Amino acid sequence: MRSVQALAVAVLSVLAISDVSRAADQPKSGGIFRIYHRDSPGSASIHEGATYSVNIPFMPVFNNLVIFDQHIAQNSVDTIRPELAESWAWSGDHKTLTFKLRKDVKWHDGKPFTSADVKCTFDMLMGKSAQKFRQNPRKAWYEQVNDVTTNGDYEASFNLKRPQPALLSLLASGYTPIYPCHVSPAEMRTHPIGTGPFKFVEFKANESIKLTKNPDYFKKGLPYLDGIEFTIIPNRSTAILGFVSGKFDMTFPTEVSIPLLKDVKSQAPNAVCVVEPNNVSTNIIVNSSAPPFDNIDIRRALALALDRKAFIQIMFEGQGDIGGSMEPAPAGLWAMPKDMLESIPGYGPDIEKNREQARKLMQKAGYGPDKHLQIKVSTRNIAVYRDPAIILIDQLKSIYIDAELDVVDTAQWFPKVARKDYSLGLNLTGNAVDDPDQSFYENYACGSERNYTNYCNKDIEKLFDEQSAETDIDKRKKLVWEIDKKLQEDVARPIIFYAHTGTCWQPYVKNVTIMSNSSYNGYRYEDVWLDK
Amino acid sequence: MFAYIVRRLFLMLVTLFGISVIIFVLLRIVPGNIVDILFAAAGYVDPADKVNLERDLGLNQPIVMQYLHWIGGLLHGDLGYSYVSEKPALEEILPRIPITARLAGLALLFSASIGIPLGVISAVHQGSKLDYALRVVSLSGLSLPSFWLGLLILMASVSLFGTMPIFNPNPTTWIEALAIYAVPAMAVGFRSAALTMRITRSSMLEILRQDYIRTARAKGASEASVNYHHALKNAVLPVITVVGIEAAFLIGGLIVTETVFNIPGIARFLVEALRWRDYPIVQNLVMFIAVVVVVVNFIVDMLYAAIDPRIRFGD
Repeated sequence: MRSVQALAVAVLSVLAISDVSRAADQPKSGGIFRIYHRDSPGSASIHEGATYSVNIPFMPVFNNLVIFDQHIAQNSVDTIRPELAESWAWSGDHKTLTFKLRKDVKWHDGKPFTSADVKCTFDMLMGKSAQKFRQNPRKAWYEQVNDVTTNGDYEASFNLKRPQPALLSLLASGYTPIYPCHVSPAEMRTHPIGTGPFKFVEFKANESIKLTKNPDYFKKGLPYLDGIEFTIIPNRSTAILGFVSGKFDMTFPTEVSIPLLKDVKSQAPNAVCVVEPNNVSTNIIVNSSAPPFDNIDIRRALALALDRKAFIQIMFEGQGDIGGSMEPAPAGLWAMPKDMLESIPGYGPDIEKNREQARKLMQKAGYGPDKHLQIKVSTRNIAVYRDPAIILIDQLKSIYIDAELDVVDTAQWFPKVARKDYSLGLNLTGNAVDDPDQSFYENYACGSERNYTNYCNKDIEKLFDEQSAETDIDKRKKLVWEIDKKLQEDVARPIIFYAHTGTCWQPYVKNVTIMSNSSYNGYRYEDVWLDK
Repeated sequence: MFAYIVRRLFLMLVTLFGISVIIFVLLRIVPGNIVDILFAAAGYVDPADKVNLERDLGLNQPIVMQYLHWIGGLLHGDLGYSYVSEKPALEEILPRIPITARLAGLALLFSASIGIPLGVISAVHQGSKLDYALRVVSLSGLSLPSFWLGLLILMASVSLFGTMPIFNPNPTTWIEALAIYAVPAMAVGFRSAALTMRITRSSMLEILRQDYIRTARAKGASEASVNYHHALKNAVLPVITVVGIEAAFLIGGLIVTETVFNIPGIARFLVEALRWRDYPIVQNLVMFIAVVVVVVNFIVDMLYAAIDPRIRFGD
């Protein structure tokens, strides 16, 4: 009898525990999600911005046609989910991508969302509409789109010049929200209207950004939060202290450096912190149109001189990756296999051997122990640029190059690079979508506005188009590796490393996922909730 | 006296005109403009877009025309539009003024209420241990940068109380309301208090050696009466000058304090606007600060006469 009672008690206890744990996992509605913001964004318009300082606070205001799954860290075609579109389909020739749209969506001002809004958005992005963006940094993404056509109010098609499977990934980026036709670009910069889970309340420059729950959100029951408040705190020490003292529920995503992470963990041991790669490469831009780097031998010597592991060790306590122009595996989907990467000059593990080769190339170019090459390494006056530039200068000494740091005010950086007023520059390149189309065309295509070095190789460009049109993913991968290898061998823009960065949140914050191959796509926050 | 005031007012206008020209020209000498910054943030430069944007913002006009446009607007109360937020500059600046004014007022109050009494005590007890201790305090006040002191206060606050006094526009308790202003005011006012203390001390020491002080003592006046009635009243003139100058210099200290304590006042806003080359904001804010400084100086001059009746302004 006693054993039966004990069994009953045990069963009841197990049931009670599972009920409690189920209750604990059950999302709770309410609460304001408080995050600090690292700086005051220039505007509220995602389409006109090129920094995740805009995406993070304003992505919750919008929806895309499709979106990368917000709870899978690695963005890929397989993780794309419908959002404003109910479904999508490629035509047989892969030149038309058609979206069936939801019929139950309203803009925050109450007007209905229709296919006309989709057309308007992409017409503006392609520069075809009367209304223009003040800036349009991602116009090149839609180079292959002939036009966007509508079929009734709830169907929109993208008609392409040639097949481009990557288009779907570009449309799933946080950089590709749908804008309303009836709101001007100027208004969208100051008071954005979206269809998303949160409505815009106010944006006080240098002070705060406030969003409130959209009670008419088309996904019933969402969002869980009553609102999101971003407090703008440019001073990193103050911001971290604010998080540690509990004034904020989360740090600004991917903004906590590895050394700072230790401080956070020691002062707030309960905080949940994750470290992820962010698909931002630190690289060297070489002015190959003027001496001394018009000499391919000196460019190759430069590539051979790099000790990439040393950069990662010094700056991130070993937490970083080495790769080519595509983000390294395992986070990156398109990374070259390790043996292929190590076969590229300068990527081999024997640094001294690489440098010996570099010195020989320098001697061939007329430099040596008695005649050092004097150059300037230009970079932006921001710590994440300056610090690796200093390490680079130190490493260049090993191949008879005496470099001096040339710190350039941010306002002058791109004008200076555009007029080729540099010989060597240290640069950071963030990739919004882990797809070769975004990276190759933006950074290496002839005439691209973000191809700072004006690297132009028509043969490689043909390969860009070939991989871009390839619908077989395995064949495309092999083409991409071949291109990436060639780009590194050409010293088009030597990649030094890919950093890892941290994000922390309080233990009661649930359902936050930090993306591992983009810093631009994971901030919808519609099902984030606070277990308070 | 009347003629003096009129002359001063005229000089104030000339000074403000000069400042307006200097700030306008200097801003345009600084490399880059808002368009450069916007494209730098976007990571590319499109020459056609750049030209369009410069035309939209009126940056392609001759500099004299831009100046006349600004001054003309200013005289009509139209401060223009912020290039960044695209809101009226007045709308951006006005809400921030009371925040900084409160902070600056509290800092000056802290500076005077701590600096003057301690300066007197230090002078009266010259050479004593108390004097040495106070001099160490004043020296440390002069040598500690306010940003460092501010961070130290924040760290101590988090470590000791588990919270920190950073800005909250809607404080829930009066303690929080006091803390969000008083603590930063102390951080920024500490240096100023130290300076006031040192000036008060040296001025008092000079006055305390005067014949009339000896006479007052000989007549049997109490030490308190001698120190506070006879000496301090005469020693306070240079202190007022210093406090007036400090009021003008306070803006420099407030920039870092507002940044460290995350206070959305005009000082931090000015730096941000400068970073973006947001000319309408920077020009108007600097003019506002210049007006405040010029007016404070004028008030200080007037105070001389009020405090010391021997001072008469030459007509």
